[in-house]
Amino acid sequence: MSDAPATPSAASDLIRPVAPEAARSAWALRLRANSEYVAIPLIAIAVAAALFALFLLAIGKSPADFVSYVWRGGFGTAFSFQNTLQRSSPLILTALAVAIPARIGLIMIGGEGALVLGGFAAAALAIPMIGVLPPLLALTVMAAFAMLVGGFWVGLAGFLRTARGVNETISSLLLTYIGIAIMNFFVEGALRDLSNPNKPSTKPLGDAYMVGKIPGTDVHWGFAAGVLLCVLLYLLLERTTFGFAARVTGGNYRAALAQGLPVGKLIVACSGLAGACAGLAGFFEVAAIQGRANASLAAGYGFTGILVSFLARHNPLVIPPVAILFGGIVASGGLIQRRMGLPDATVQVLEGLIFVVILTSETLYGRFSIFKPPAGRDRT
Amino acid sequence: MNDAVLTVLIAMLGGAIRVSTPFMFVALGECLTEKSGRVNLGLEGTLVLGAMVAYAASYHTGSPWLGVLAAGVAGAALGAMHGAICGLPKVNDVAVGIAMMLFGVGIAFFFGKPYIQPTAPRLDSISLGFWSDSPSLKSALEVNPLFFVGVVIAVALAWALRNTRWGLVVRTVGDSAPAARAMGLSVNLVRFLTTSVGGFLAGAGGAFLSLSYPGSWNQGLSSGQGLMAVALVIFARWSPVRCVYAALLFGAAGALGPSLQSIGITQGYYFFNAAPYILTLVIMIATSSATHSARDMPGELTMAK
Repeated sequence: MSDAPATPSAASDLIRPVAPEAARSAWALRLRANSEYVAIPLIAIAVAAALFALFLLAIGKSPADFVSYVWRGGFGTAFSFQNTLQRSSPLILTALAVAIPARIGLIMIGGEGALVLGGFAAAALAIPMIGVLPPLLALTVMAAFAMLVGGFWVGLAGFLRTARGVNETISSLLLTYIGIAIMNFFVEGALRDLSNPNKPSTKPLGDAYMVGKIPGTDVHWGFAAGVLLCVLLYLLLERTTFGFAARVTGGNYRAALAQGLPVGKLIVACSGLAGACAGLAGFFEVAAIQGRANASLAAGYGFTGILVSFLARHNPLVIPPVAILFGGIVASGGLIQRRMGLPDATVQVLEGLIFVVILTSETLYGRFSIFKPPAGRDRT
Repeated sequence: MNDAVLTVLIAMLGGAIRVSTPFMFVALGECLTEKSGRVNLGLEGTLVLGAMVAYAASYHTGSPWLGVLAAGVAGAALGAMHGAICGLPKVNDVAVGIAMMLFGVGIAFFFGKPYIQPTAPRLDSISLGFWSDSPSLKSALEVNPLFFVGVVIAVALAWALRNTRWGLVVRTVGDSAPAARAMGLSVNLVRFLTTSVGGFLAGAGGAFLSLSYPGSWNQGLSSGQGLMAVALVIFARWSPVRCVYAALLFGAAGALGPSLQSIGITQGYYFFNAAPYILTLVIMIATSSATHSARDMPGELTMAK
């Protein structure tokens, strides 16, 4: 852009259709620029894997064994892969709970709390509905209620952010602890199913009121719902004015305010959507896996979801493959524990390591000339 | 009835002193780190790792004080990692803190597995209740020496930040990185050092958890104390001495559940256990403001921008 007035030739440049080879080179430039966002995370994962291999060698275990058990336990057979897909469903949904607020510039980590409360709310609401409403209707109401409760819980952190300037990272994690305490309070008290002496739980839903499997597979519908939500939320964030306004706010808060965007409402809406996704994850954990709400809802999916979202660079379309990768690692945890004699926290160490390396790799963006447009051919 | 109230109050006094110690150490560490303009949210992980390392070291060497030292060193290592990574351009310190939290807890659980069963020598307490006949007051005044160490560190830190050259360097770096650079200071080096020292303190705070109260190592030892301590620094407006008062307040809130249990009120156990989280949230709501950043906040903090 120059300050000189537009000459007739420049104006005709704008009107003339783009020549085919120019379009191809524009594509090449875009590809070159975007491949940075693929290459650097892959390098980071490779570095994290190498560090983890060194860690295993240092404690006298074989990294090759580890890889082969992750493959066998998470991906190798039809059974294990379907198990992986099943476990990736809450990861997809809790990763969305991080990715949506990230677009508006907030680091929300309350997915675990929204999952637990959403799941509990669904199980509690089911108690008077079982046997009264038809299963499909009851499940729909339960899912909607779980999303509402989850959305409220994370939305609260967003509201506190805009209304009182409370740091959203700390408040969302505090709300997670409070949410787990609320569930424990009811599950061990008023809503405890006394016929089950083992683990304090709510009343079971019963087989008739469980979410079924996707036909032809052993994977429940939560996985399909997660993938569908990823696509829908991608469209919302990338192709609508709402998404544009959210991204502007995330990019420059003051500019958004100056533009007159409803920044506060956008923040609450994004947080609410995030919580609704995590709440839905809780609904599927209750209605498709556990059949009741109890302490095992807080299995750490919400925390792995944070990592999934960061690894996918908060892009909803990249979340499902990353979630499947981590679903597989989580699913093979038991096998690794039994066969290699490693503690169950091994997966946690690996996840923490990948997380740290991925964040460190942020510093590499824009440093490699190979990803930059060739000098001199810059649009002037 | 009166007796019951008295019992609860005495138990809360003792509990406040006991429960506040780890809060105090983490808050002091975080206070120093934030004074230099960086947030380390990973201190929850540091606290858990410190607890595990202290227990293991005390078990193997037979000396709990060596355990405290080892916990500090482990915490300093995690802090140094955070400090070094955040020194790179474009890296977000809050996100790295979350990652370090997961990493620290993971490492602690991984290596801590063999130490869940055995008993390690614990830190002895000092009996300050010798003048009293009341057994409950006596037990409430069994104070761990680490509590006094924490108070001394708080006073020393407050003095050093205000009166020494080092304190001035830390405050300058925290308030304005460009000004610090113009003075020829290395911003990254100063923040690396404050994050490492902050990690040392948080690790030592973890040692209190496993070696004094509750006094054993297990995976449920800390649930959010490290995080609450970070929030507490905001409440204490970045003053080490106010951190001690705030820690005592949080300790009292944390002691509420067990105190009520001691007189037989067990209803709502989970709600009283949630009291510190709720208190933290309420305090954050009350002391934050949407329109201007908190008083006395170091200008370089990501929260301030």
